[in-house]
Amino acid sequence: MKTLIFKTASSYLLPLLILFSIFILLRGHYLPGGGFVGGLIASIAFVIHSFANGLEKTRTIIKFHPGFLIPVGLLIAIISGAAPLFLGQNFMTGLWMDDPIPVIGMVGTALFFDTGVYIVVIGITLTIIFTISETL
Amino acid sequence: MNNPYIVLPIIFQLFTAILLMFFWLNVNAQRLISGIFSLISLGISIWLFSEIWQNGILISQAGGWQAPFGITFVADVFSATMVLLTSIAGFAVAIFSAGSIRNARLKFGYFPILHFLLMGLNGAFLTGDIFNLYVWFEIIIIASFVLITLGGEKSQIEGAIKYVTLNLLASAIFLTAIAILYGLVGSLNMADLSIQIAEVENRGLVNVTAILFLIGFGIKSAIFPLYFWLPASYHTPPPAISAIFAGLLTKVGVYALLRIFTLIFIPDEFLSNLLIGLAALTILSGGLGALLQVNMRKMFSYLIICHIGFLIAGLGMYTELALVGALFYLIHDIIVKTNLFLVAGLIFKLKGTLNIEKLGGFYRQFPKFSLLMAIPLFSLVGIPPLSGFWAKLYLIQAGYLSGQYVLIGFILLGSFITLWVIAKLWAEVFWKPDVSIPKKIGVKYFYEIKPLKRWAMVLPVILLGITSLYIGFFAEHIIVLSKHISADLMNPQNYIDAVLGAKPLTP
Repeated sequence: MKTLIFKTASSYLLPLLILFSIFILLRGHYLPGGGFVGGLIASIAFVIHSFANGLEKTRTIIKFHPGFLIPVGLLIAIISGAAPLFLGQNFMTGLWMDDPIPVIGMVGTALFFDTGVYIVVIGITLTIIFTISETL
Repeated sequence: MNNPYIVLPIIFQLFTAILLMFFWLNVNAQRLISGIFSLISLGISIWLFSEIWQNGILISQAGGWQAPFGITFVADVFSATMVLLTSIAGFAVAIFSAGSIRNARLKFGYFPILHFLLMGLNGAFLTGDIFNLYVWFEIIIIASFVLITLGGEKSQIEGAIKYVTLNLLASAIFLTAIAILYGLVGSLNMADLSIQIAEVENRGLVNVTAILFLIGFGIKSAIFPLYFWLPASYHTPPPAISAIFAGLLTKVGVYALLRIFTLIFIPDEFLSNLLIGLAALTILSGGLGALLQVNMRKMFSYLIICHIGFLIAGLGMYTELALVGALFYLIHDIIVKTNLFLVAGLIFKLKGTLNIEKLGGFYRQFPKFSLLMAIPLFSLVGIPPLSGFWAKLYLIQAGYLSGQYVLIGFILLGSFITLWVIAKLWAEVFWKPDVSIPKKIGVKYFYEIKPLKRWAMVLPVILLGITSLYIGFFAEHIIVLSKHISADLMNPQNYIDAVLGAKPLTP
């Protein structure tokens, strides 16, 4: 699949898809979207890039083993879940900022939890796909 | 009373697992972190237990959503005891793993998965929501699938296939039962279910659901016709893994049975008789299976089944005294079964085989080890001052008072078979004159490994041995505890009031 068209398209698609995935992540609280779908879209961006340019090129973009993202994402998620405990509230209670931030909107622990999910999904999907394409 | 910190045993295990994942390839760091954090987790469990012993049932509504709608975490004395036992067994196994599990396995994430498993167990004990209970069961079985296949030896994969198939079937049945239950009353909160199920008029459907729960949890806790996966799989993984499986995985099924059948479905005469019949057959089939085995770990696997029968017998009789017996046995069994499999692992490291006919001369060669190993073996049999005795005493007394003479016969038979099996094992392994066993290639013997690792393998056995001795010699403490739990289980009104508030919401 290493045609010129696909190669050229993929290098433009990569940033676009990642941007789109972040958009999906941020709109997720009340509208369709969220960390899981966002993470899948972001990992598709890297998968397309690896199909067009080969696995090695994609590895040089990411620079570290994608498996490293799994504990990072889990850590973000658990901290956002456990944060209310430090204030004496129940586990997973949503803590929200009083005023919305421009562009992003309301920020609360739910956003960080979703971000954690987003990172975990990228980590797991890329680990699986890279491992499969290595053995092919 | 609301206390958000009762979820700490779950969150702390999760945090430990995540921290361990950052040290994926640094196995020495993993060993250290796992040991230290398991110790801290033991401290948290002791704190939780003392808090609940003093203040009564504590609850936490996850996310702040009120009871019948959100997920509730409930810590009563029963849950806290189970969490405490999990932490003790978890700590022992974490230390034993540091000494015995090979680096190749550790590099594939053994320790993180072990802590995910412990998190699942703590979650299952602390949740007050039946669907959430299902989720924790899924976490437990997925973690255990990884642990049982880790290393990828042929026998392991074979055992794992049987284990995975039957446990997935059990999960499917469990999920179906939850779906029917939700269709009947539209609630998943266990306290709320307790009130609402009592008012349902379609008793037929309620009973069918109860039987579905019995089958689902029955497979998981290895009750009579559904136990085949256990002896087929428990002897295949490394000893540390089979120890945590033997101590806790079947017991979480028994915990769920005890919880569901005292809170939601109160056993009527049919169910009670069914449970008693199953208990008797479980004792018989487990015991007979154990008699035939020559591999030590397979022997212990069948003894697990045999002793699950005692627990189900206590539930089946459904009197306060019978539950005291069952709960005492549960507490004793978790510690002893974990210890037995660790002992088996130690014997394998010393001698290179677990075939009791080939082994021999253990007492002459290793007198101190033999003394150490005698504690779990004779506690299991229940020789009077040791821990197994008191539980059986209560079970038999309860059987006598409720007129279940046949069941008493089976319990005595079960104890007798256990005695026979252990006596045979003791005679063959410890007393028989030594026969030299050819050295196996690929087995790292005990005297070849570093002293620190040797201690890491002996220390957990000593720790669990002391715990068993405590349960035996200070039985009055455990009896007070069991009586407290059993009174709670027989009168679930306190539990319901704690979860739903004094005035329950009715639709």
